[in-house]
Amino acid sequence: MKILGIDSSGNVGSVAYVSDGVVISEYTLNNKKTHSQTLLPMIDDMVKKAEINLDEIDAIAISQGPGSFTGLRIGSATAKGIAYVKDIPIVPVYTTEALCYNLYGESGLICPIMDARRGQVYTGIFNFSEDGSLETLLETTALSIEELLEKLAEFNQQVTFLGDGVDVFKDKIKELLKTPYKFAFGNNRLQRASSVALYGEILFEKGIKQDAASHAPIYLRMSQAERERLEKEGKA
Amino acid sequence: MSEDVLILAIESSCDETAAAVVKNGRECLSNVIYSQIDLHTLYGGVVPEIASRKHIEKVNQVIDKALKDAGVTLDDITAIAVTYGPGLVGALLVGVSAAKAIAFASGKPLIGVHHIEGHICANYIENPTLEPPFHCLVVSGGHTHLVRVEDYGKYTILGKTRDDAAGEAFDKVARAIGLGYPGGPKIDKLSNEGNPEAIVFPRAKVSDNVYDFSFSGLKSAVLNYLNGCEMKGEEVNRADVAASFQKSVIDVLVSHSMEALAEHHASKFAIAGGVASNAHLREAMETACKERGIEFYHPSPILCTDNAAMIGAAGYYEYIAGTRSGYDLNAIPNLKLGERA
Repeated sequence: MKILGIDSSGNVGSVAYVSDGVVISEYTLNNKKTHSQTLLPMIDDMVKKAEINLDEIDAIAISQGPGSFTGLRIGSATAKGIAYVKDIPIVPVYTTEALCYNLYGESGLICPIMDARRGQVYTGIFNFSEDGSLETLLETTALSIEELLEKLAEFNQQVTFLGDGVDVFKDKIKELLKTPYKFAFGNNRLQRASSVALYGEILFEKGIKQDAASHAPIYLRMSQAERERLEKEGKA
Repeated sequence: MSEDVLILAIESSCDETAAAVVKNGRECLSNVIYSQIDLHTLYGGVVPEIASRKHIEKVNQVIDKALKDAGVTLDDITAIAVTYGPGLVGALLVGVSAAKAIAFASGKPLIGVHHIEGHICANYIENPTLEPPFHCLVVSGGHTHLVRVEDYGKYTILGKTRDDAAGEAFDKVARAIGLGYPGGPKIDKLSNEGNPEAIVFPRAKVSDNVYDFSFSGLKSAVLNYLNGCEMKGEEVNRADVAASFQKSVIDVLVSHSMEALAEHHASKFAIAGGVASNAHLREAMETACKERGIEFYHPSPILCTDNAAMIGAAGYYEYIAGTRSGYDLNAIPNLKLGERA
């Protein structure tokens, strides 16, 4: 099975191509350029260098969210466009869960944290079970960092943090979390499309897929205008 | 005879998700528009994040429908054209990203198109004989441009708005007299019942460029008038306000357009953009052109509103001229007319 993986949920833009569990190619950029300028050129480059035949791809695995709204949509529209032309399905993958696959087999809890602004993180709590499958202990959500740390303390287990929230909330974690923790090493700390694609392969085999037309990102948050309108109506 | 050029065009610069197939720049084979207007009516205007979210949900459907309505497949398409500015950046990015991916996966050339150039080119679709040079007034919710079309893809801006776009002024005045959003069609309709001479609102002149527009003073004058009536306890005749306000906008649009035509000894004039659907504007322009022996062109309402057929028409002339965009094509929210990225 051949899967193209795409992640543009955060500052990192990453694309990868995997074939039957083997990473053939992965291309990750973490600079200040917009995904709009880099994502498709990266795919184009990768396809040429790795001599990928687009017609052989079985599915596109995409980091569906949570993450930057605009970033998610650039990835999503790119995946939808390619999937439409090639008539292949999209495998939607939670950004949080894909991040856990950066640390496949790690013991203890895995806690991806992505800066969601307004003092919150997009997060979830996971661990890999004995048989290697990913278990969800806290569903992917948006929480204040304090709330998350309280929940983690209740587990009283070693936890590994990763994601772009590590740099933002490192000091907060040090201050508030009294149970043992560590941070993922730099090479595995941020989004990687190889994780998206490999995890996507597992999900695809379980029958998890969408058609290109119906795929859309999962934001976990309303737009500001909607939120304000509902708040106003709630008060009225 | 050379082969037909079929452009698949995509437009998502504001609150319409649109796709179309256009043959040889002139023949519209399909024109699919998914309008989000009901969603934004709740907020009294377009909410960028909501627009962007809706675009991503609808983009594949409108593209697929455009191909099916045209009775073609992607294999028949020569090139992919997409609006990359000006507009709402998040909204533009959906169309741009989708268009790039489709061009990449199908191996077709990609052509970035300027939204306002698209509006101007809407006139080519229903007027097979229209060719540059001609003058065009582009009036919409976001733009007010008086343009001289020198040649295909070659534009000189003669005047533009210094503040509010004409359509924006319509929306703001409509809100002030309780008509709601979108204001243009509502004022157009209500003004049928009003006296356009009832209230004298100002016709703003911009001193350093006679062809530039300014509508914020007019909008303030209307608001002041409404406040004055309220303070005096006088009842406001909304139809008279609508008609008088509209007359003031139209007078300025017509006089600027006609003066520019005279100065350039131009013989052809077109209007474009959402406000070009305004029946009173159309009538006034038609009369003014007739009096001066100028040929007048205007698109049907469906080609005035944001649509992709106009992008297909503009994209065709870019294709012929050899314009090709790279996979790094970005959305440019403040893209200038005539600029090429």
